[in-house]
Amino acid sequence: MNKDIILLVEDNPDDEALTLRAIRRNRIANPVIVVHDGAEALDYMFATGAHADRDVHELPAVILLDLKLPKIDGLEVLKRVRENEKTSLTPIVILTTSNEERDIIQGYRLGANSYVRKPVDFEHFAEAVGKLGMYWLLLNQNPNRD
Amino acid sequence: MKENIILLVEDNPDDEAFTLRAMHRNHIANPVVVVRDGVEALDYMFAAGKYADRDVKELPAVILLDLKLPKIDGLEVLKRVREDARTRIVPIVILTTSNEDNDIIKGYQLGANSYVRKPVDFEQFTSAVGQLGMYWLLLNEPPPSKY
Repeated sequence: MNKDIILLVEDNPDDEALTLRAIRRNRIANPVIVVHDGAEALDYMFATGAHADRDVHELPAVILLDLKLPKIDGLEVLKRVRENEKTSLTPIVILTTSNEERDIIQGYRLGANSYVRKPVDFEHFAEAVGKLGMYWLLLNQNPNRD
Repeated sequence: MKENIILLVEDNPDDEAFTLRAMHRNHIANPVVVVRDGVEALDYMFAAGKYADRDVKELPAVILLDLKLPKIDGLEVLKRVREDARTRIVPIVILTTSNEDNDIIKGYQLGANSYVRKPVDFEQFTSAVGQLGMYWLLLNEPPPSKY
């Protein structure tokens, strides 16, 4: 598997640990960058703040974006990433426990590539993460590739 | 599996047969509507022409869209579907032999959800279609019909 980066935006430490475990279990060896709130997600994407020394041209192959986030919520992160020319094409998958129609519709309207509900039990969750990884890292053609 | 519709926009009869075979082989039992050019694709989406009696609010769970199409090409189909409030959030996967950076960038700029290259070899093609089907029919939460 290639070295494309996965950006995981997740504030819940349990969900973070579960996601990382699921990624490893599916033998996805790509680097995973974890950010824990919306402000940090935007700092990463725009190479500002704590991520100021990052190369802004190196964009993740996929962002796994939770919706309920401290500081700036997921839908607002999505909106700002789509509005910025440098980052606008980055594949973004909303990965959330929310099943509200409002969130689904709003997510797509703001340009999410996909909306996936987090399964509650770990086996299903691991399976979902494996499919997500295979799809966005291997099958999908990344617009940010060099 | 839910009875979500797949809209396959494909003008090449061999590729159409391959895709349908690959779906069956992957036990994807969802109804597949096949349209063979860009005009027919738009007629389906906007419930016009021979699809006039269709309910425009019933969106497919995913559109598999080829790029090189007669009458209206795939990128133009994508653009028009995205411009119309009734259809603009339907998931669209570009499924094409083209690997040109231009097409990939343009596809995403016009709002494609995903861009997948058709593998040339049938086994790989079958596996790609299986992954596509599982992803967009089972894992992805489509926009609610009649939202």
